[in-house]
Amino acid sequence: MTRLLPHPVLTPVLVLIWLLLNNSINTGQILLGLIFGWAIPVLTIHFWPEAVSIRKPLVLLRYITVLFHDIIMANFTVARLILGNPDKLHPIFIKVPLDLTSDLAISLLANSITLTPGTLSARLSDDQSYLLVHALNETDPDTLVATIKQRYENPLKEIFESC
Amino acid sequence: MLDFLLSILVLTGASFAFIGSLGLIRLKDLYTRLHGPTKATTLGVGSLLIASAIYFSIYSEQISLHEFLITIFLFITAPVSAHLLAKAALHLGLPSLAEIPKAEEADQTEMTETVQTGATEAFEKNERIGSDNASPDEKARPAESKSITKTPRTPDQTQS
Repeated sequence: MTRLLPHPVLTPVLVLIWLLLNNSINTGQILLGLIFGWAIPVLTIHFWPEAVSIRKPLVLLRYITVLFHDIIMANFTVARLILGNPDKLHPIFIKVPLDLTSDLAISLLANSITLTPGTLSARLSDDQSYLLVHALNETDPDTLVATIKQRYENPLKEIFESC
Repeated sequence: MLDFLLSILVLTGASFAFIGSLGLIRLKDLYTRLHGPTKATTLGVGSLLIASAIYFSIYSEQISLHEFLITIFLFITAPVSAHLLAKAALHLGLPSLAEIPKAEEADQTEMTETVQTGATEAFEKNERIGSDNASPDEKARPAESKSITKTPRTPDQTQS
């Protein structure tokens, strides 16, 4: 089973991407998409050292909703900061300690941090113990770390690492 | 009515993309400049693409969903490139308005220090040999020249 279908998550994603690329839902395209969705994971199995498993799809859905909301807010926040006086900005580097251990979860967290208000992930420490985050305008680092942990890291931990 | 909605979407998209690019000029250092393109443009390009999806779905009798794929790819790739740029900037020790944490500098200096201590050791050795024997030894020469060729390669720490 694992040899025939190594990545149960990747296959539907690839089918979906194929259908979006072709902009159609013909039977032919669906079949072709299924073939690609099956063949690509089998052929590229060695490039995926870590098995992806989504433990709680509902939490993932909620996470994506929260993320989209935050991205839209982030755009307004950053637009306001750019149009305001740049000299009043208070940029700062903040270390966010990580509880996550899986590579996928960490990279998703780093992506989310970059996409959300005024923060940018700059560097992951070599031992993956913390993430260096650059904030555009932040005077209270502790609150920011707490927000990141509670808003993004906890759901990701639940989705990918809960036992 | 629909045209009205579409034009609002297009205009919002254009203005956000513009503000994002404006950030490149207005902000002062590389790290803050990275914020503009990664964020202000996601909504900019996002609403342009939504407008495009609505327009072509209605006027070409075929549902057009390419655009969502572009959005997804943009959301995946923009943070990655920003992360890489920031990491490269940290590694080079580019000037920053924000204070760069000690550990990051230590990370970079580690290599510099070992090379420099190696150079000073070689230099001291050279001195000792020089003081022991009146004429500078042939052996000490290669060590010295090596250390000279190595030192310029190390990243300059004084800037950061």
